[in-house]
Amino acid sequence: MEEVLNALARALSFGTPLLIACLGALLNERAGVVNLGVEGMMALGALASFAVAYGEAGDGNLWLAVLAAILAGGLSALLHGFVTITLQANQFVSGLALSMVGLGIAGLLGKRYEGLPLFDHPSEEPFILGAMGLALLLAFLFGATRLGLSLRSVGENPAAADLLGINVLALRYGAVVAGGALAGLAGAYLSLVYRPSWTDGMTAGLGWIAVALVIFVGWNPLRAIFGAVFFGLLYYLQFRLQGQSGIPSEVFASLPYLLVILVLALSGLRGQQGNAPEALGKPYRRGER
Amino acid sequence: MGKPLLQLRDITKRFPGVVANDRVSLELYPGEVLALLGENGAGKSTLVSILYGLYRPDEGEILVEGSPVRIASPVDALRYGIGLVPQHPVLVDRHTVAENLALGLGSALFPSRRILPLIERIAGAYGLQVDPKAYVHQLSPGEKQRVEIVRALLRGAKALILDEPTSVLTPQEAQALFRVMRELRAAGKSIIFISHKLEEVLSIADRCVVLRRGRVVGNLPREEASKTRLAELMVGRQVSFERRRQTPDPGPVLLKVEGLTARSERGLLALRGVGFELRSGEVLGIAGIAGNGQSELVEVLAGLRLPQGGRVLLEGKPLPSDPARLFALGVAHIPEDRIRMGSVPSMSVAENLALRNFDQPPLARGVLLDPKAMSAQAEERVRAYAIATPSVHTPARLLSGGNLQKVILARELSTKARLILAVHPTYGLDIGAAEQVHEALLQQTRLGAAVVLVSEDLEELLSLSDRIGVMHRGELLGPYGAMEVSREQIGLLMTGGAA
Ligand SMILES: Nc1ncnc2c1ncn2[C@@H]1O[C@H](COP(=O)(O)OP(=O)(O)O)[C@@H](O)[C@H]1O
Ligand SMILES: [Mg+2]
Repeated sequence: MEEVLNALARALSFGTPLLIACLGALLNERAGVVNLGVEGMMALGALASFAVAYGEAGDGNLWLAVLAAILAGGLSALLHGFVTITLQANQFVSGLALSMVGLGIAGLLGKRYEGLPLFDHPSEEPFILGAMGLALLLAFLFGATRLGLSLRSVGENPAAADLLGINVLALRYGAVVAGGALAGLAGAYLSLVYRPSWTDGMTAGLGWIAVALVIFVGWNPLRAIFGAVFFGLLYYLQFRLQGQSGIPSEVFASLPYLLVILVLALSGLRGQQGNAPEALGKPYRRGER
Repeated sequence: MGKPLLQLRDITKRFPGVVANDRVSLELYPGEVLALLGENGAGKSTLVSILYGLYRPDEGEILVEGSPVRIASPVDALRYGIGLVPQHPVLVDRHTVAENLALGLGSALFPSRRILPLIERIAGAYGLQVDPKAYVHQLSPGEKQRVEIVRALLRGAKALILDEPTSVLTPQEAQALFRVMRELRAAGKSIIFISHKLEEVLSIADRCVVLRRGRVVGNLPREEASKTRLAELMVGRQVSFERRRQTPDPGPVLLKVEGLTARSERGLLALRGVGFELRSGEVLGIAGIAGNGQSELVEVLAGLRLPQGGRVLLEGKPLPSDPARLFALGVAHIPEDRIRMGSVPSMSVAENLALRNFDQPPLARGVLLDPKAMSAQAEERVRAYAIATPSVHTPARLLSGGNLQKVILARELSTKARLILAVHPTYGLDIGAAEQVHEALLQQTRLGAAVVLVSEDLEELLSLSDRIGVMHRGELLGPYGAMEVSREQIGLLMTGGAA
């Protein structure tokens, strides 16, 4: 019994960054923009928050640290927005590039923080509850507000929304930046709460799983809670096994990516692809003939 | 009649190579239905797009209730009380009707719920049946159109523009639309109604404005309008109607279909034992509401779909199910989705017109193409089908939809065929072009070809077919002799009633 409760607690703890990042990606995808840069934005967020939290000697301001992560994620997403919304480049390519660049920059700038301790760090409960609250909030936003209706319409049929005076580009920018901010926040959770420390590659494929989870949960924020806890549990079990078996660590290093494939396979079985917003991945040009 | 609600003064709009609107002036009065007629490419859609703020005019001005206005966007247009019901609905398919109507309009919280009473009030006032909770993708074209009308009215439209609204409707649905239009007119709303179908125009319009090549060539009250007069104005020459077909001496049986069954894309039984005979020189019309098996029937005959059971014999031999071999046997197919299946948008009009015969003389000389011969062929076909294009070297993608269709039809109907499968061959075409297509089809029958003609236009079916069958839920009712059934009987059969 205790074992089960413990596993569940760890699943929640693992699942929280997944949930936050997944909700972020879900938000911009509902507005029609795919951002595969989640992994990179998470890394940037994790580093930014750790750097601020560490300050000069491990005693920086934690609030400012969280804010730094949000800014780092949001600003890097803004770049993705500019490339894909304004310049109308391919969203998948831009997102992949953002992931690689983000991981690279975080690794480079993070060298001096490698292995340093934090004296003070936030507890995980507010993050866990906050993430759940966020899921509820998004569900309410999509289902019951005019802003949410506009956002969803922009993701389904931007031309129709545009005709009715909805500012398609502004909404897409907003959703992309907010999505990036959440990815950054998920990164802050990793480096401030979960570890708390900075190591290169600490996001360990979580961002990719978050992107795949969006499909798995059929773009539904409430289902994202269960999806994130479920995959948090798998992640936890993976770590448990890693400690106890003689299986080479390379196998475990590749597990997150196998999980991504698993997520997508399960989504395929459940026919979730059909829930994808109609205009997902398509740049919007006005008055095309 | 009072003061005009809308005035257009000398509106000119140029696109590269064409003057789409050439000093167009017209007035719209409160409580009138103004029919806007014109062939494809005459500039009707351009004109209403300017009114709705989708295009900016190069010259001219628009006045609303006497004062000049600048309409820079649809939102501006709606603010001035101008609403457009586009030819192809612009709705979010996966949202409910209420969500679509609340988009950009409703209150900040629970927008699609709070708008329900408003929807009900407007729908009730004008007899517009809409189910606010239904999802748009479940709706028929007619229902989607009603949603668009409700949307324009919700936003306070005083002038409603309907761009070819009846082209997607069954005769019954069209009648329902006309009832709504009469209600709107009675309530003092003004309507601009775009149509190709002269019977409709004459039954509903108070005034008719005819455009030809971007210019207003006629502006006549209902009393002075007649079918021939309007057609002449549109086409610029005399047009003959009432060409009910003289049934020819039936030739030998060319095509024999027995007990044909087939499944649709989604695996449902789409054909349930269809059988008929078709003789050489005959036209068999197939009526029916879209989705009752017509597409599947043609696909089987065109070798694009394998039947589950039954037989298809062409001159006594089983029909091969392979489009290339069918083409060699003289089976021509004018598909429903011609624009996507039948043209190369980036290539020129001349090249598109030559896709069927560029490898034969006179277009081919050895391994080389003769560009002069290709242009000459193109010029000839452009003239014969009255294709509105700046030149034969213009890329096909710049043509309006109707003109692109003409390009494809001109090409497909210029080769000799034994069996022609024509699906909605004149959909969206104007009178002049439709006449060309009909003539080309009849010419082929005189040379001994048989035609299977699937169409939603009953006038067309009645005037071209020797016999007419109605597809309903995968069964073929009839075929009946075209002289023995009436429009109304066919309409009833289409909806499952008895003839
Ligand atoms: N956006 C555009 N770019 C270039 N040419 C256009 C454009 N829109 C319309 N045209 C041309 O203007 C003419 C009028 O077209 P349109 O208004 O669509 O005619 P209609 O609605 O009467 O069939 C056609 O020759 C068409 O090819
Ligand atoms: Mg048009």
